[in-house]
This record gives sequence, C-alpha cells and structure tokens, in this order.
Amino acid sequence: MFTTSKRLRALVATGAIGTTMALVLAGCGARASDDTAGAGSSAAASCVDTSGDTIKLGFLNSLTGGMAISEKTVSNVLHMAADEINTSGGILGKKIQYVQEDGATDWPTFAEKTEKLLTQDCVGAIFGGWTSSSRKAVKPVVEKLNGLFFYPVQYEGLEASPNIYYTGATTNQQIIPAMDFLASKGVKTLFLAGSDYVFPRTANAIIKLYAAKLGIKIVGEEYVPLDKDDWTSQVAKIVAAKPDFIFNTINGSSNVGFIKAYYDAGLTPAKTPIISVSIAEEEAPAMGHAVTGNYASWNYFQSLKTDTNPKFIQSWKAYPNSSGVTSDPMEAAYISLYLYKELVEAAGSFDVNAVNAAAKSKTITFDAPEGKVSLNGTNHHISKPGHIGQINANNQFDIVWASDKFIEPDPYLEGYDWFPADIRKQLAGAAG
Amino acid sequence: MDALIPQLLNGSAQGALLLLAALGLSLTFGQMGVINMAHGEFLMLGAFTAYLVQQVIAASDLSIPVALPVAFVVAGLFGLLLEVTIIRWMYRRPLDTLLVTVGVSLILQQAALQIFPSQGVPVEKPSWLDGQLNILGYEWPLRQLFTIVLAAVCVAALSAWLKYTSFGRRIRATVHNRDLAETTGISTRTIDRLTFFVGSGLAGVAGVAASLIGGTNSQMGAQYIIPAFLVVAAGGIGQLKGTIIAAWAVGVALSCFAYWTTGSLAQVLAFILVIVFLQLRPQGLFTVRTRSLA
Repeated sequence: MFTTSKRLRALVATGAIGTTMALVLAGCGARASDDTAGAGSSAAASCVDTSGDTIKLGFLNSLTGGMAISEKTVSNVLHMAADEINTSGGILGKKIQYVQEDGATDWPTFAEKTEKLLTQDCVGAIFGGWTSSSRKAVKPVVEKLNGLFFYPVQYEGLEASPNIYYTGATTNQQIIPAMDFLASKGVKTLFLAGSDYVFPRTANAIIKLYAAKLGIKIVGEEYVPLDKDDWTSQVAKIVAAKPDFIFNTINGSSNVGFIKAYYDAGLTPAKTPIISVSIAEEEAPAMGHAVTGNYASWNYFQSLKTDTNPKFIQSWKAYPNSSGVTSDPMEAAYISLYLYKELVEAAGSFDVNAVNAAAKSKTITFDAPEGKVSLNGTNHHISKPGHIGQINANNQFDIVWASDKFIEPDPYLEGYDWFPADIRKQLAGAAG
Repeated sequence: MDALIPQLLNGSAQGALLLLAALGLSLTFGQMGVINMAHGEFLMLGAFTAYLVQQVIAASDLSIPVALPVAFVVAGLFGLLLEVTIIRWMYRRPLDTLLVTVGVSLILQQAALQIFPSQGVPVEKPSWLDGQLNILGYEWPLRQLFTIVLAAVCVAALSAWLKYTSFGRRIRATVHNRDLAETTGISTRTIDRLTFFVGSGLAGVAGVAASLIGGTNSQMGAQYIIPAFLVVAAGGIGQLKGTIIAAWAVGVALSCFAYWTTGSLAQVLAFILVIVFLQLRPQGLFTVRTRSLA
C-alpha cells in the first residue's frame, strides 16, 4: 500500500500548487477568456428570426459552481419576468421563448455560451452574468458579433460598451451615496474591508479619494480572498484601529465569516457599525442575528414604498422556486428584461443597431419597483435612487437615508472633481 | 510582542480547525491511501447537520453540543455509503479514487444547493461562547478557544481509540501489513469500512466547528480540502502527531502572514512554505516504518 505513497504525495503537492496557481491567476481570468472569444467565427449578419410570433432570448447564469449561490435567483426572476411579459402580450406582439444556458461559474464558458446563443440559437439579446469577470468574458464576444447583453448587478463602473446595457448601480449610485450617508452621520474614521478582486479594490480606490474630500480618515484596509471565510486576524486589526464605521465590500460566503468574526470580537453596531454594499435581503438570513443593526447601501430594498413594488414582491413570493424575499440584484434583473421590451418597442424592431439608435434618440423609461428609472442612451446605464437601509431583526431593511433625487449614472465619474483623470485611466486599465 | 500574542492565539485556532478537517483525512488518506476529494463535502454535511439540529432544538446553547455527535454519525454514514458503493472497488487505484471522489463532491455540492437556500443557512453560536477572554491585553474570542478544545478532544479520542481498543490495534496491523493482518484472521474489509466511517465522521465534527466560523452553504467544503491534504502530507502520511504539528504550524503561519502582509498574500505564502518543505522533505515531518514488502 505504501509503494504508492510517494506518488500520492507528489500528486497532492502538484494539485495544491495547481490550485494555488489557479487562485493567483483567477484575477487574470477575464484576459484569458478574451482569447476564447477571439477564436470564434467572424461577425455575420444577425440570424435572429423575427418572422414568427415568438422571439428567442438567451438567459446566461451560473446554475452550477460557486456563483450558483447568487445567480440561480437571477435566473428564476428572469423566467418570472418573461412569463409576465408573455401574459401581457409579449414584446412587439411576440412571445418570449427563452434559452437558458449555464455559465457554470467559469468565465471562458460564459464567452462560449454567448457565442452559441448568438450564432446557433440566434437570440435577440442575452440576459445574465453576475461577476465582473463573467461580464468581461461576454463583452468582446457581443461586441464582435454585435449582440446585446443585459447585465443586472451593481459593479465597479469604468465601462460603457455599446453592446451592453447595465441595469445595476455603477459606483456613483451606490458607493458615493454610502459615503454621503457616512458624512451626514459625522463619521471621522473609516476601516475598509473587502474581498480580493476587482470590485472591492476599485471601490476602495474611489472611497479613499472621496473620503479625503469629505475629511474622513481611512484607518485601515484589509482584503481576504473570496473563497476564505475566516476573518479573525483581520477583525483583530479593526478592533485595534477603533474606526467610527467599517466599509464592507466583501462578497459571498466570506461575508458570513466576517460578520461572525466581528460579533465574536465583541464589535457591535452601536459602537462600530458596518456599511455594506453586498449584503441584501437574500444574504442577511445566513448571517444570523450578528448582522442586525448594521447598514447596507442599495438602490432597491424590499421595504421600499413605491407603486410598483407590492406587485413585484407578490409575484415573486407566488413564483415557484422563490426565495420569498426580493433584493436589489433581482430587481435589476427584472428591470433588464422590461428595459429590453421598452427599447425594442421604441425602436419598433429587434435589430441591435435600431435598438441602440432608439436608446440614444428616445427617452426610455420603466416603472421599476425602485421607482421610475430612465435609460442613459450614451453610457447604457440607468438612473437610480440611492438608499441606505438598516438591517432589522426580520432581516429586512429599515430605510434610514435616501438621495434627494434619482442619481444619473456616471460610470467614469466624470462629474466629480475629486476624481483625477490619471487615476480614472489607471483604474480603467486595471479593470481591463 | 503585543502583536505576536494575538497571532499565536488566532493562529492556533485556525490550526485547530485545519486539524479537525485533516484528522479524518489522516485516517482515510494516511492509513488507507484513499484520496477522498469529497472529504470537504462531508465537512459541509456536518455543518448542515448543525443547522438541522438547530431547527429541532431551538436553544443554541444545547443544540451545538447535541449536533457534534449527530454530525459525526451523519457524515460517517455518508462516508460508509461511499466506501461500500464506490471506494471498495478502487483500493489499488488511488488515482481513480481521486477522480471518482471529485465527482461525488460535485454531486453533494449541487444536492446541497438544490435542498437548502442557495445563500446558505444560519447556524447560531451558543451564548456561552459569546464574549472574549483577556489574554495579556488581547481580547481573545471565546469561540476560538472552543475550536481548540474540540480539536484536542477529537485528537485524544482518536489516538486513544487507535492505541487501546482492539479495533485500533487491528487498524494499525492492517496499515502495517495488510496481507499478514489477513492471515491472522483480521477482516480487513470490516476494518476499511470502519476506518472510513470514523474518518468521514470526524469531517462532520469539523463541519460543526466550521459552521460557527464561516458560512454554511454548498460551497463551504472547497476551502478546506486542499489545506487539509497539504497538512496531512506535510505532517507525514499516517502520522497523527505530524498532522497535529503541521496543522498548528500552518495556522500560525497563516495568521502571522495575514498580520504582516495581507489576507490574500498570507494564503500564498503559507502554502508556498508547505510546498517548499515537501520538496525538501517529501516524506513529511515523520515517517511510518512499515513491514510491508511491497
């Protein structure tokens, strides 16, 4: 039995090195996938079939792998929106016939499936993605094949592709409102805790610049890999730094570990509150009572009182596979399908160029659950209200702050004098 | 010195969790030579068991102590099932066990994703673990002490079991020389099954501890499997004391590197250290002397 043990050890060591390398290289994933995209067929005339009484649309979400945790819900809510639109007459009178693909938490797969959806299934548009890496894998493919991609998650900004529509918040609709809220609370010192990938790094670069302008001192900055839950060592640094507030850009399961370490170290929302940009109604229950009393910055909350929100919540609760609560990324996914409907009907055509032209020349709005959003035809983002919620014992959010009006999207932060052009160039370059 | 004490304490707790995850592997991989990539998912089973026990016994003060033995049995039974249905056919083919158990781990992950809320479930910490212990000015979370005590109890129980019970003696005999053990009338099949049950059960116990530290979801097993294998390999295959020392060293290294550098770099540095160590000393910290002729 032990004759093989040396080989076993070599095998395990090799596997471990491979995994470590994979982790290190994960950040470069988007680049690698560009090659995959480049290997595809050349751009052809659109093969979208609009002759029948249906229109094919592609849904591309990770239903397996690590991101299935979040993306499954987006997929379900897209199905719900499609059913709703079909019941009320379809898009330009055509019923939606959707093709669901699994991105499998693998960025080259996102690129391959995008190409498949556009060239073989001939879909009119693709909806989905969650991580920035998945979006950056899809981007070169939709640009080359002149397809349309609707991306439903808040992200780090610094992007505006003619072939992508962004229905989640860019930084000036989530990060900047959160900082304005902190300034209004008289916060003087801030600790930055994030997962180690492009969104938290870019968000924190922006936060540091704006904090300098607001007179808030950054007393620490810590990153932990996305796949690691134990935050105890880093929380010990927070305890030592004694900040007024913690700005949390951690994502996924690691956030549960952070909240637990925070609670275990004796930190409380009364003395050292957290403001988070990725804890929503869906995530809070997994964290238990330790998260209660802390804050989150989003555009949509289930507790928002708007005309359209009750119907959205009711439809979702009645939907099979429903998680029972609504959240910001879900709502943004819901918007994305309706926004496409509005765009196509304004253009009077499913043609990509006609849709993009309509986006520029006409005012496209949608009565979303977060309020009436309008599309910016130049950067393909939408206007959004900024909201800060405080987590209550039912894992719902009490709204404690709202922006005085809808915030126009500004993905490159060109309207902010404290954001220097050279940093914009550097961050946009780093984000790929 | 002020900075060193927190790192030593936090590192010991991190090491204790690693040790809990690696203990079962040191049995199944170390003693039996099976590369079980589904070990992380057995850990996940333990964590979900803690959640389910908490649904039955609402008081978390009581539910976690109850969950520990229940998780041991649940994960152990899953391990037994895996052994009886799949692993037993592959004892002479370690590479195949690796591939097959990767498949099993994916099936278990997806099953958990289908059954439980995709974002994971909450496991509440008992209130007697609230609070901190002041050690030379550092407010040490009590939960970390719990992890260390739990690991110590598991190690003591396992080594006593291996050393003093007849089952333990038969396991050691089988490891030293399977053929000779068989000729003395030991049923090595029974021994294999039992070893796999105990090894997988220990992963379940580790899962309960992990559920108090991080998220309980379908993906949680993945973050423990590679570090656990590295710890077993670095400690010396089949050597309990080697596994203990290696787990503690990796835990403290992770914690110190995280303090001096960043959380991300700490992972890379700590595992580079282990890999370099394995290059210099491929047999690990300790080696087992076998009478096997093969």
